[in-house]
Amino acid sequence: MTTNSVLHVADVHKSFGGLKALSDVDLNVEEGTTHAIIGPNGAGKSTLLNVCVGRIKPDSGHVVFNGEVLDNHTPDEINQLGVSRVFQTPEIFSDLTLLDNVMIPAFASRDGSFSLRPFSKLRHEKAIREDAENTLADVGLAVMKDREAGSLSRGDKRRLELAMCLIQQPKLLLLDEPTAGMARHDTNRTVDLLKTIKQRGMTKVIIEHDMHVVFSLADRISVLAQGRIIASGTPDEIKGNPKVQEAYLGGAH
Amino acid sequence: MKQLFSREPFALLAFSVVILAMPLWLTPLGANYPDLLQKFAIFAIFAMGFNILFGLTGYLSFGHAAFLGVGSYAAVWSFKLFTMNVLPAIFFGVAFAGLFGLLIGYISLRRSGIYFSILTLAFAQMCYNLAYSVLTPITNGETGLQLTLQDPRIIDRAFAEAGAGLPETNLFGIDMSGYPGFYFCAVMLIICFFITRRIFNSPFGLMLRGIKSNQNRMGYTGFATRPYTLTAFVISGMFAGLAGSLLAVTDPLAGAERMQWTASGEVVLMTILGGVGTLIGPMLGAWIIKYFENIFSSFNNATLENAFSFLPEGLRTMAVDVSSLFVGEGWHLTLGVLFMLIVIFLPGGLMEGWRRLLRRFSGGGGGKSETAPVVQPAE
Repeated sequence: MTTNSVLHVADVHKSFGGLKALSDVDLNVEEGTTHAIIGPNGAGKSTLLNVCVGRIKPDSGHVVFNGEVLDNHTPDEINQLGVSRVFQTPEIFSDLTLLDNVMIPAFASRDGSFSLRPFSKLRHEKAIREDAENTLADVGLAVMKDREAGSLSRGDKRRLELAMCLIQQPKLLLLDEPTAGMARHDTNRTVDLLKTIKQRGMTKVIIEHDMHVVFSLADRISVLAQGRIIASGTPDEIKGNPKVQEAYLGGAH
Repeated sequence: MKQLFSREPFALLAFSVVILAMPLWLTPLGANYPDLLQKFAIFAIFAMGFNILFGLTGYLSFGHAAFLGVGSYAAVWSFKLFTMNVLPAIFFGVAFAGLFGLLIGYISLRRSGIYFSILTLAFAQMCYNLAYSVLTPITNGETGLQLTLQDPRIIDRAFAEAGAGLPETNLFGIDMSGYPGFYFCAVMLIICFFITRRIFNSPFGLMLRGIKSNQNRMGYTGFATRPYTLTAFVISGMFAGLAGSLLAVTDPLAGAERMQWTASGEVVLMTILGGVGTLIGPMLGAWIIKYFENIFSSFNNATLENAFSFLPEGLRTMAVDVSSLFVGEGWHLTLGVLFMLIVIFLPGGLMEGWRRLLRRFSGGGGGKSETAPVVQPAE
């Protein structure tokens, strides 16, 4: 384990019934890097992220974030430690406005997992409102801030969810196919946005099928197939790896 | 106009004027008598509190009548043991309902959706049956808890000898029956409105709405949702306890039937009828149900004969026969029809109807309102 490792997944096993979703998974994500996880459908990529945010508990093995073992942490505690996640199907507050959607996570970062001030006024939270407006502008949704989130298109919902994560300025951002369902134009915008965040030094783990996105963002790539990590390395190493070609690209032979 | 009402002092002032003037504007509707006015104010508090839980967090409790009952019993015991002054009575009513809320909420909130509803229903029915059976020493069983001449009333006795008859509830000497009783309840309602409004417009209220919208996301966003829902549950239980103690203030008697599931169901109807999640919708729902219960149910055939006296003989008999199904004993039928119509055509309750009207008359073109944000009505 390297010294500046932010996320360390150590020997994680997880089975659902007879199906081995993850076996022996070992992963190191270093600070400030973008780590892509690729692999065919059903390889266990989303399961791996679910283990990282506490949605499911591993059968054995540990997930260590910034030196803290996450085994017995609930999702809200893990988020408070600094992990935010964009889901494969957008998890947003459909019947609230975009602005409210982004303000809620901002309150979580500022006030912690529970704060009871039932008489303070939302109207007076100027700093948080401005922050939310700026973050919405970052993802290009500022003009729609008073719209109901449920009325957005699928791509916009993803960008909204990204804004909800970004406003928390997490130490680690987990992205589960952040550009799926987006038009090429929007995909490029998202990639640019993620590049800017990288310059700010946020560590990211990204699951993606779009190789264009993967190779333009990733510093390191791990390939997951049938619940195992079959290769890990820089994009160039992965491109030339015959095992990867077989497992990932060779399905068509 | 709307801007004006979104300012707190104006909203409070307007609300207070409407509530305190109820005896005036309810006279033409035939509802200006103190007993009914008191009920209007009390059940408005009950529904408003229920809405803090159901409207904001989406947790549908089917056992809120338990808190109403607890509030009543606590208040009557305060009358029996300490003093006929109403302030300690409502204090105990609210406090005990809060404690019960903490206990019942702590257990019930482990589940959500239908399971939560069933758990709360089970708790309320348990309270109801206990009040009827084993808790008879506290609740006086079927007879209901009443004041007696043998009550200690230690604080009152310290100041004066017991009078000949049963004493009246009072607020520092003002009897709490009739109109003074209504005004006392009205002031409580105004205070509750203020509290509810603040909760609606606070970050806390936003979190509760977030829980209703997507509880999963709240977790991954870093919120421990249980403390939030529990707080909302306890607050709404305390509102119900206040309503229950006010029932005892206006009529110092507490019976177990107050905790029955029908009473829990009634507050759900009130809230849905008026508009779930709106500030004053539940209050309107409460008023309509209480109005029907008390006014429509008192219509008899003679009243109808009178109302239709302008029609020729044959038609009149027919009109009376048909409409008599809907009044008197049949007021439930009217309420049922009204409820169905609202749920089908106005799922957002009366407040949605009101919003649609506003949009039609003030918004101008319908196309423009398409993109307009759905504003939380300040009023």
